[in-house]
Amino acid sequence: MDHLAVLPVVLPLFAGAALTLIDDRHHKTKLGISIAATLLLVVVSLLLLAEATQGPTRISTYQLGNWPVPYGIVLVVDPLSAMMVALTSALALGAIIFSAARWHLAGQHFNSLFQLLLMGLNGAFLTGDLFNLFVFFEVLLAASYGLALHGQGTSRVKASLHYVAINLASSSLFLIGATAIYGVAGTLNMADLAMRIPLLSASDHTLLQTGAAILGVAFLVKAGMWPLGMWLPTTYAAAAPPVAAMFAILSKLGVYVVLRLTSLLFGEGAGPSAQFGDAVLQYGGLATIAFGTIGVLASQGIARIACFSVIVSSGTMLAMVGYDDAGVTAGALYYLVSSTLGLACLFLLVELMERGRSMGDDVLAVTLEAYGDDEEPEHMQEAGAATPGTFAALGIAFVCCAILIAGMPPLSGFLGKFAMIGAMLDLGGASGTVPVEVWVTIGILIASGLAATIALMRSGINTFWVSLEGVIPAVRAVEIAPILMFLTLGLLLTVYAQPVMSFMETAAQSLYTQGEYANAVFGVAGGERP
Amino acid sequence: MEAVIAISIGILAASGVWLILRPRTFQVVIGLSLLSYAVNLFIFSMGRLRSNAAAVVDGSGDISAYADPVPQSLVLTAIVIGFAMTALFLVVLLAARGLTGTDHVDGRER
Repeated sequence: MDHLAVLPVVLPLFAGAALTLIDDRHHKTKLGISIAATLLLVVVSLLLLAEATQGPTRISTYQLGNWPVPYGIVLVVDPLSAMMVALTSALALGAIIFSAARWHLAGQHFNSLFQLLLMGLNGAFLTGDLFNLFVFFEVLLAASYGLALHGQGTSRVKASLHYVAINLASSSLFLIGATAIYGVAGTLNMADLAMRIPLLSASDHTLLQTGAAILGVAFLVKAGMWPLGMWLPTTYAAAAPPVAAMFAILSKLGVYVVLRLTSLLFGEGAGPSAQFGDAVLQYGGLATIAFGTIGVLASQGIARIACFSVIVSSGTMLAMVGYDDAGVTAGALYYLVSSTLGLACLFLLVELMERGRSMGDDVLAVTLEAYGDDEEPEHMQEAGAATPGTFAALGIAFVCCAILIAGMPPLSGFLGKFAMIGAMLDLGGASGTVPVEVWVTIGILIASGLAATIALMRSGINTFWVSLEGVIPAVRAVEIAPILMFLTLGLLLTVYAQPVMSFMETAAQSLYTQGEYANAVFGVAGGERP
Repeated sequence: MEAVIAISIGILAASGVWLILRPRTFQVVIGLSLLSYAVNLFIFSMGRLRSNAAAVVDGSGDISAYADPVPQSLVLTAIVIGFAMTALFLVVLLAARGLTGTDHVDGRER
């Protein structure tokens, strides 16, 4: 294979490094370079996606420095990682275009940090080595600390203080877990691990599971699983909108690693460790959805609703990963793409919407409802005045976004939920008896969608269906463009649901096909596309 | 040797966790540092403890005379990253102290 696989890491690295050398006075040049690099990244990720879809093998590898496999670091492109890289670059393009309006000027080194965040994300998605994963995690975390602080202000600094402390502690857990696994299995290469775990003695499995559990906590903190995700709403709500849009995929990275490691290391061949952690993921995921749902309903501002929706989305993914089933995972991956796009879109929209609200309107949809929403009669005669164009556009975008996040028909959020529920109902097999926990999961899933609908509708009404007092938000085209881009992608997901879904099925099957990953990494024949 | 290392890791980690849970930001920084020392020793011990064994293979003798080099390189990376992150946390700490006027982790006294 050519050097395509390493480009998603190298390209942002060089772009980010080059950007630090340019003085902030030339901010237009910096922005130009950043956008160009992100555009290139989109092209590269689409090529990778094409490679994973149409190449001779589903999984291709790239050996860094051409070191032989168990000793050197290897990058692995399979349908799942290619899809995640593509999703990251799409989000990045939207976020960087949005920041062109004004956010890139709000602090120093925004573009460099942004590119380094992309490098860390892409590296974490592509790497096939546990310790290399830690290094990429730290790269993206360091960049995310800087980005969370971007724009300064007391609330950002306060939120970042918690964010940094929690992530430093969870990085320690990451190291303990990874090295405990090394201590047992003697390797950090994920494919090598997958081959060695079945050979471990029964007593070693205890230590392996301890290590894996500690490692898992580090990722679940990132994913925001209850009760580890308490930091998430405050940090995401305080972050600048384009940064928050990128953070939407940060929590999915935690889910991605959990999915990758559980499917790879704890499949059927893993002996006593088979299906390790599935119950924790299932019930933890359900608890996360429940917590997020309550949070969504109780939230006062739209930003916080978006943050709790991130938690709901993570919880849904985790609960689905816990089923350890290719069909369910395929639906969940479709849902992941659609909900991440919807959430990123909402984070961008929030800022534009709040720009149009006067200070008093910010009070508290919940309080308003509890104490009666006093209609102000003197404004009533103004009803019928033409809604200004920007406001109408924002309103339509908000409705689409809400439909996407809540999982209502006709957009892709609904199809994702439908695919997950359909696959879960098939779990009973030929006998047709559906386990009770599946019904509980389906109930919670639907309830979370209902809660998101209620909360978003309430906020939407309080923003868009109020009397306008001359505060029409000034919105620039570069700010609307990324929102339209995300919504168009959501629409394309809906229209081309069939090919997208079959791609997700391929990705999920490739995850759960025992030995496919390891064979591809070690270059053993037999990894051909079935 | 194993007992000494295990006890010191335990004491470092316990003190670190206790300090992280304290309300003052400086205590949290020190707690995170102690925790990272504990983690570094733990990484080191995962390559099995050996004394008088080199990590760099010079091509002579049998391989069992050497210590496992992988945890040593891991610990080096972990030290560097941990150090950088602690420095960054100190900056955030100072910013928070300046903006909120208190060194409480929540930015306000209870």
